Amino acid sequence: MATKTETKQTYYESIIKQGYSRRDFMKFATYITAYMGLESSMIAQVAKSLETSYRLPVIWEHYQECTCCSESFIRSDHPIVADIVLDKISLDYTLTLMAASGHQAEAAKLATMEKYRGEYILCVEGSVPMGDDGNYCCIAGKTAKEQFLEAAEGAKAIIAWGSCACNGCVQAAYPNPTEATPIHKIIKNKPIIRVPGCPPIGEVMAGIIVHVVTFGRLPELDGLGRPKAFYSKRVHDSCYRRPYYDAGLFAETFDDQNAKDGYCLYKVGCRGPMTYNSCGTIRWNNGVSFPIQSGHGCIGCSEEDFWDNGPFYERLTGLAGFGIESSADTIGKVAAGVVAGGLAAHAIAANISKRKELKSEISSGKSNEKNLER
Amino acid sequence: MRTRTYKRVYVWELPVRIFHWVNVLCLTTLAITGFIIADPPALMSSAEASESYWFGTVRFIHFAAAYIFFFNMILRVYWAFVGNRFASWKAYFPRDKKMWRNLWHVLRVDILLQNEKNPDIQNISVGHNTMAALSYLALFVIALVQVFTGFGLYSSMSGWWLADLFAWVVPFMGGDFIVRTIHHAATWLFILFTLIHVYLVFYHDWLEGRGEVSSMFGGYKFVSKERMSKKVPNRTNVKPPVIEPEPETTH
Repeated sequence: MATKTETKQTYYESIIKQGYSRRDFMKFATYITAYMGLESSMIAQVAKSLETSYRLPVIWEHYQECTCCSESFIRSDHPIVADIVLDKISLDYTLTLMAASGHQAEAAKLATMEKYRGEYILCVEGSVPMGDDGNYCCIAGKTAKEQFLEAAEGAKAIIAWGSCACNGCVQAAYPNPTEATPIHKIIKNKPIIRVPGCPPIGEVMAGIIVHVVTFGRLPELDGLGRPKAFYSKRVHDSCYRRPYYDAGLFAETFDDQNAKDGYCLYKVGCRGPMTYNSCGTIRWNNGVSFPIQSGHGCIGCSEEDFWDNGPFYERLTGLAGFGIESSADTIGKVAAGVVAGGLAAHAIAANISKRKELKSEISSGKSNEKNLER
Repeated sequence: MRTRTYKRVYVWELPVRIFHWVNVLCLTTLAITGFIIADPPALMSSAEASESYWFGTVRFIHFAAAYIFFFNMILRVYWAFVGNRFASWKAYFPRDKKMWRNLWHVLRVDILLQNEKNPDIQNISVGHNTMAALSYLALFVIALVQVFTGFGLYSSMSGWWLADLFAWVVPFMGGDFIVRTIHHAATWLFILFTLIHVYLVFYHDWLEGRGEVSSMFGGYKFVSKERMSKKVPNRTNVKPPVIEPEPETTH
């Protein structure tokens, strides 16, 4: 932790010092290059960068969150990610994993912020409560809002880990009593990488960190500030059950034969077609599985407002402001019924109101019919 | 009993009529396939997934119809600048006193069903009445919403630059969830429009008897002779209107 790493070390030096072999290091470089979506010819560049670049100072802040992002990260596939990149050397400050505590910990953070001003990467896990002067979340006697603004000021870039920091997640769900706010809505003048997911995949997190370390710049981001390498495809696009979707073979309930046959979970609420993430390709727990593979639909945890977008086990048609039970279709059917009823009433009223006009038109029409040539 | 002589007037030009019916077909196809995509029917089949592609086909039809709908709409916008006065974009914006008076007339006489003591023949519209024109303008806006949300959702599946032009819509709205919800809900506005539109066509045909329904097939409506300009237009000078065999209807 902070206290052990006063001397400048490269990543490679730290890795070797931890007892990993050169071979382990090269395996790690190969593996992380593949996850970043780079060509195999880039492996050498990644290895070289890790050998020559000094560790990047990282401050990892926790606000309104459940620490599932950290948990996901330290369970990343390759031990070097957990042991070296995160756990042992990289973090100058993280509440969950650091050995120091209390005033010592805060002092270490302040020291890093001063010493590496404009150089450190600020990782944020959790949203910031902006309601009631930010009093809903306090750390070391300061509100999360104060802590965040202070830490963000000297940061080179900010990484928003998880749906809390990206979208507010569950604490920002309606009615959002603490005014939980994602960080891109608070800080506008820093580059921000948004890494949504509840939690994000550990390998995705490691890939992003290594990308920043090896290339000294942010990975390519999409319109929502998410790294394209991991968030450019829908879960649906890489789902192994996709052929069932195209064939129109769907599970109707979780216990029917179709579900047992492994058919598409679209009709039991799978959000795969609306969710951008790498679950279908990288998968979870060392690539063992992902929700759909385990028979449960995607809940869209990496999408904005996924808690508010209707029940997880129904196709999404909920409309905000009309209550949970009403869907666009219910409202549409009622509206169509009301309109049809109104039109029928209008038709009757029109015939009554315009009866004189109609009577004369009809009688003239009839008399013309009589006068028609034989 | 009053007798009125009607003149046959070419109102809806062929491109307008083609637009109308292509639009009808596209909207019907899009709504039906759209609802199927939103909630596909349960088909029990023992066939392998590789044997079947019906849901993919439904989606293909939806996307293909969307392209036709879009290009059809663009052609109609073009025609709004080169077509006759009833097709012109100017017919859709109430600009002068006459159009506002017409709006008021439609509201009182056709919507609130009041009767006028001395009906002003000027208030009987030849093309769109002002109220209808405004409803088509609203429909155009809803159609734009469908184009933007639809192509926005579609863009990540497409390699074509045209769909990619709408790629910003999803990030702009915050995600697929909300875009899909808007796309789905707006479909109902088309359905509500269709109900009202079809009813009013029958309403005008029944009360006015000027060929409202058939005008969208043949293009002609019948307009009272009194409204023909007294001055004989230049281009018909060679052929005096007296001997012209005009089809006329008399009530």
